[in-house]
Amino acid sequence: MKPGIADTVKGYSRKKRRGLSLSQKRAMMGYLFVSPYIIGLIVFFAYPIIQSFIFSLNRFEIVQDGYKLIPNGFDYYYRALYVHPDFVRNLIEAILNMVTNVPLIIIFSFFAANLLNQKFKGRALARAIFFLPVILTSGVMRTVDSGDLLQSSIGLTQTDSSQGAIQAIELARVLFQTRLNPTFINYIISAVDRIYEIVSTSGVQILVFLAGLQSIPPSLFEASNIEGATGWENFWKITFPMISPLILVNTVYTVIDTLTGSSNAVMQLIEDIAFSQNNYGLSAAMSWIYFVSIMAVVGIIAWIISRRVFYEQ
Amino acid sequence: MKTIIQSWQIQRQQQTKVNRRKRQFTLYSLSVYGWALVRGIIVLGICFIILYPTLLKIFVSVMSESDLYDVTVKYIPKSPTFENIKKVWTAMKYPSTLWNTLKLSILTSVMQLISCTIIGYGFGRFNFKGKNILFALVILTMIVPPQTIMIPLFLHFRYFDLFGLISKITGSKINLLNSEWPFLLMSATGMGLKNGLYIYIMRQFFRNMPKELEEAAYVDGASMFRTFYQIMLPSAVPAMVTVFLFSFVWQWTDTFYSNLFLQNVKVLSTALSSISFDITQQIYWETGVEVSLSPAVSSMYTNTASLLVIIPLILLYIVAQKYFVESIERTGIVG
Repeated sequence: MKPGIADTVKGYSRKKRRGLSLSQKRAMMGYLFVSPYIIGLIVFFAYPIIQSFIFSLNRFEIVQDGYKLIPNGFDYYYRALYVHPDFVRNLIEAILNMVTNVPLIIIFSFFAANLLNQKFKGRALARAIFFLPVILTSGVMRTVDSGDLLQSSIGLTQTDSSQGAIQAIELARVLFQTRLNPTFINYIISAVDRIYEIVSTSGVQILVFLAGLQSIPPSLFEASNIEGATGWENFWKITFPMISPLILVNTVYTVIDTLTGSSNAVMQLIEDIAFSQNNYGLSAAMSWIYFVSIMAVVGIIAWIISRRVFYEQ
Repeated sequence: MKTIIQSWQIQRQQQTKVNRRKRQFTLYSLSVYGWALVRGIIVLGICFIILYPTLLKIFVSVMSESDLYDVTVKYIPKSPTFENIKKVWTAMKYPSTLWNTLKLSILTSVMQLISCTIIGYGFGRFNFKGKNILFALVILTMIVPPQTIMIPLFLHFRYFDLFGLISKITGSKINLLNSEWPFLLMSATGMGLKNGLYIYIMRQFFRNMPKELEEAAYVDGASMFRTFYQIMLPSAVPAMVTVFLFSFVWQWTDTFYSNLFLQNVKVLSTALSSISFDITQQIYWETGVEVSLSPAVSSMYTNTASLLVIIPLILLYIVAQKYFVESIERTGIVG
């Protein structure tokens, strides 16, 4: 007997049901590529973070070959917020510090990226030096340099009694004559005083902005130049909107970087309480409070900025 | 008569036209050169601000103690000496510490590079259920301060037990502290220091690659793995250089995980943070006298030590910066 049409269709459909479609196959491959991350997420992130929450609700005692937990309620949270002398003050200081620093870092890195995007002699060298802070001020270097005596006494960081202070006063005198808002002037002066801090924390941000500037299609500028736009108009009507998604990315990165950096006072306090005072529960409670406040800050900032971001698609 | 005046007027008009054009030309070039000058000053100034502390470290590292208190000495020491460097070198046990650090940094950064590239590729090129939630978790791992999970992690590796398997076989849990294992395990699963950022960079890079490249490879019969390592990887080199450089440098200067997992093994970053203490110890062993360093002297040692920590990184940067700076133009990290 000849195989009928019905048989062929049946065979075909059976065959299709047995194998996976291309999109299913690709989904499987996707899971395969991401699988190390899923394992890590469970073993080294989800599990520890849940355990840390449990620690914050319990008293911790080390016994033979392990440890023992004694239920303690929300006592550690109460102690962190109302009893501990430094925690709340450090937390508020860290957030205020971040709020003053982040706009300066974003503006500076955007300016520097625009500068490095222009063509001039020695541009490669200038770029290499501008990214050097990624190395010079990472991790332990920032901690060591920030409280260093010689750096601040002969250096330009802060208390340079002779030159730096006088120049800042001159600048202040000129600015106050313009009759601008004094808080604004004080902000600018404090920015000038902390120029090294700002320059040294914007390495990655300059990198991101520069990559973004490179990816703006030149045809946009050509078209607008033919229409007779000035460089100023080009900047506000083309460069700025095209780069605005990266302003969001960079702001979030800067906020996270300043709040979770190792030189941050809150982070040092939490570490100190865990390992010098061996109070794991209190430390866990503090770190949870800190984590929730960072989430809130990042969430608010991302929400505010993302409403103003321009997306191409 | 009339014609002569007319021709003179025409001549004059032409003259003023030429003059105006000349003046315009000079004004234009003035603005160009003026901006170039201003830009040059700004760039030089910022470069100076960046390099100044490091230059200062170099000067301080060859100063003797008397130079520190001498008011006339600002940068160039009057009696230059290598005494500081020698002292710091022995107090840090520089060669062996350097070797430890080098081993650890290379192992972790290569591991992180491999895992973050693979994970970034998974996020960048494939569609699967729950992808967006998983990627939101990548951002979340960046936000969570490492202090939140440090104690559980510490205990995790102190009493390491893979789903109760190890304690069943050997009878007890194993202690992975003071070895490279915690770093390796966390790097291999993309959970190491700042790995969220690296995954983000790689994902952005792969997402912007043209789809046709991949499709052509499929049509030619390449498997998905082969497409990955023969088509996608070679063009991802610039982004990979960036990730490698970041992870190497940040591992090198990291004190958090090094303090947590390596309490008996010295690496450069932990040696640097305890340098003043180590030097007083050393003096005590050598002379039997307990001294306390004056703040200026202890700062001098710290600066010398931090110079020693950073020199290998600067050498690496000089070699890699060409690729690194070049890579920016092709990385295309766009939100």
